[in-house]
Amino acid sequence: MTDEPGTTASVVRISGVDKQFTAGGRVVTTALSGIDLEIRRGEFVSLIGPSGCGKSTLLRLIGDLTTPSRGSVEVNGKPAHSARLGREYGMVFQAPVLFEWRTVEDNVKLPLELLGVPRAEREERAREMLHLVELDDFSRHHPYQLSGGMQQRVAIARALALQPAILLMDEPFGALDEMTRERMNGEVLRIWQQTGTTIVFVTHSIPEAVFLSTRVVVMSARPGRITKVVDVQLPHPRNDDTREDPRYFEVVTEVREALRAGGGLGGPAGLASEERLAAEGGIG
Amino acid sequence: MTAAAPSVGVPLPPRPGRAARLGQRFVYYLPAIAVFVGVIGLWELAIRAFDVRAVIVPAPSAIGAALVDNWDAGRWPLFAAARTTLFEAVGGLVIGTTIGLVVAFAVARWANARDAVLPVAVAANAIPIIAIAPIFNAWFGTTNPLSKMMIAALLVFFPVMINVTRGLTQVDPAALELMRSYAASEWAILRKVRVPNALPFFLTALKVATTLSLIGAIVGEYFGGASGVIGRVVVQSASALRFDVTWAAILLGAASGIAFYLIVVALERWLIPWHASVRGEETG
Amino acid sequence: MPQSPERGWLRRLLVFVAFVLLILVVWEGLKFIGGDPWRGDGWEWHPPIRIWFASDLLLPHVWDIFGALANPVQRGSDQSLAQFLVGAAFYTWREAAIGFVLGALIGITLAAAFVHSKLLERAFVPYVIASQTIPIVALAPMIVFAFGPSVVSVVIIATYLTFFPVTIAMIRGLRSPDPRALELMRSYAASRWSVFWKLRMPASLPYLFTALKISATASIVGAIVGEGPGGIPDGLGRAIVNFNTQYITGPEKLWATILASAILGIAFFGIVRVAEIVTLRSRGMRPEAA
Repeated sequence: MTDEPGTTASVVRISGVDKQFTAGGRVVTTALSGIDLEIRRGEFVSLIGPSGCGKSTLLRLIGDLTTPSRGSVEVNGKPAHSARLGREYGMVFQAPVLFEWRTVEDNVKLPLELLGVPRAEREERAREMLHLVELDDFSRHHPYQLSGGMQQRVAIARALALQPAILLMDEPFGALDEMTRERMNGEVLRIWQQTGTTIVFVTHSIPEAVFLSTRVVVMSARPGRITKVVDVQLPHPRNDDTREDPRYFEVVTEVREALRAGGGLGGPAGLASEERLAAEGGIG
Repeated sequence: MTAAAPSVGVPLPPRPGRAARLGQRFVYYLPAIAVFVGVIGLWELAIRAFDVRAVIVPAPSAIGAALVDNWDAGRWPLFAAARTTLFEAVGGLVIGTTIGLVVAFAVARWANARDAVLPVAVAANAIPIIAIAPIFNAWFGTTNPLSKMMIAALLVFFPVMINVTRGLTQVDPAALELMRSYAASEWAILRKVRVPNALPFFLTALKVATTLSLIGAIVGEYFGGASGVIGRVVVQSASALRFDVTWAAILLGAASGIAFYLIVVALERWLIPWHASVRGEETG
Repeated sequence: MPQSPERGWLRRLLVFVAFVLLILVVWEGLKFIGGDPWRGDGWEWHPPIRIWFASDLLLPHVWDIFGALANPVQRGSDQSLAQFLVGAAFYTWREAAIGFVLGALIGITLAAAFVHSKLLERAFVPYVIASQTIPIVALAPMIVFAFGPSVVSVVIIATYLTFFPVTIAMIRGLRSPDPRALELMRSYAASRWSVFWKLRMPASLPYLFTALKISATASIVGAIVGEGPGGIPDGLGRAIVNFNTQYITGPEKLWATILASAILGIAFFGIVRVAEIVTLRSRGMRPEAA
């Protein structure tokens, strides 16, 4: 997995993006301001920042679930809108959003059905994906019979069913306890290495961001800007030993300091932005 | 939309055997059975002991005798009456449900229609619709079963329409966003998300509708109808002071209602075994 | 941002009025196309086709129905139809309302008992649920036969129709508080009585009102059905039966009675709805949108 600039294709290119939310013609919040970011094929990029910094909004811009007020978002060399219509990415949200009336298997088959993939191929792909997330034995179960972590694995299997070039994950492990979360981190890394998918991952957790990523994009408090992009030079494959490596702590510290500088961890800039958030009526 | 099971990735334990389950059920219902037996026994004793002029409130034994004697003989054949009334109720149920479904789908499709129609339907539900029974007798013919079917249909229409409209539109926004991320068409969203979502709502409405259809049929018969129906038997036997037959007819009406309801419950278990209410959990 | 609640209700009222107007237009429109001939001062209109239910007998003109309200209720009577109907409606409403209040009190009490005693619950709740499945309204005349054609019978009917939904709703409502809130009360060694009044009752109010709205309509329906076939001399039920028998001589009267019943139902429902909004708003809860 090499990262030679210039030879590796750019999967996501964000240029000069602003995002403002308006109500009745008036600008209510500026979520993002002046975002420039390039993500290359095969990278694992985390977006981290304080609440309300727009990291989820940025992810949704990439996924064409919302449009920028200014600037452009290109995915695989075309506008994000075309990429969505071409079903070129998979999304995993914080809640698994599985259909409770479908079995695990049928949930994974959903995107395949929508694309009109023939039945035999659907079966095979679904089985493959469930094997990838190690849930083979639960294919005939219903979501309510699974734990939170298992449901998220089904959501990941579904997101990968169409073999997208890019996987967007929005705090997928936020609702899980610490130990399950660490285990899921390992799972995601394994899947990443097996499939070679480019992953953009939004998180609140500094250790998680550093553990998983090749690069960490640190964002400032609202209006969201990119404070710093930290290269994570830790070797692969990463495991529990990595979490105890002194270089890991160095990177974590680097990220933390960048967050503080952008107003993410309290301090004058952070407190001011929190107060502004409260006055505006909450997290955007 | 999906709730996690408490266990951490372990499949549910196997259910106890058939006999054991029946035994459990029996013990569970024992207090209720005791109450039933007690009430019937006390009733019988009271009538005998106090030698109450059992004209208006006959002893259970007298009602039982009337039921047997008049099953298919005598002035008021009860079985035939129950069958005809049930036929009217089912007819009304089918008509009302069909129209309710059609209107619900139409209303759900156009958001503006829904905002207009739904509150009106809820308000209309507050009207004692049964007052229209004599009009329908006049329109469709007093002795024609169709008049009773139409009363039943009108009563059934509202809960079906209201509930199915809610079921089609009250969908988890995250699920809709998921479908959007797959660039799914409105038609696909209807088939794969809205309709399955609406199924529990529909079955809830159906449970209410079965009772309403019987009410519509029987009350419609009170206001006029052919002889061999439950409503007419009640009115005629009461005016002939044969209250044992009257109560027997009522009993049949009630039993029909319970049977009708149990059919829908069985339908529920078959169609939506994954739903929280069917699994027996405490739902909101 | 959603519209403010004040503008919301005005819009809904307007939509409702628009709907009523639509019904009136369709009503007369059908008669225009396929009813009996229209006759006025020096002009006539003959509808081109024949719609079987649009005749003046089966579907009187809207203005005829309203006109009948001003006329005497019976030939030679000095009371207008409108006055008569108001009196009948009030009579029906009074029976239903007494039963409604009684039924609500019984329902709350029963639910409280069930919530605090598992044995009582297991003994009686199956019947509470079973009663939902039997066409109780259809049994209304039976009660009148059994207890005699008087107000008492109809009160019993309305009580019966109210206390079942209220019991079921209150059981859910009294059980609805977050287990953590219950634990909090336990940490203060609060008595069961305190827990009931300070936590369970307030939490169950939304559920109660949902049931009450249904019961309001049900008790009116029960009253009417009990009165009519049961033979109670006053009230809307009797009016319906009478005007039904006299239908051929004056179809407008029956329709006017139906209109009166509808207004009564909506009015009662409205009263409960207003009570709901006032009670819940004053406690900081948001009443559901109808």
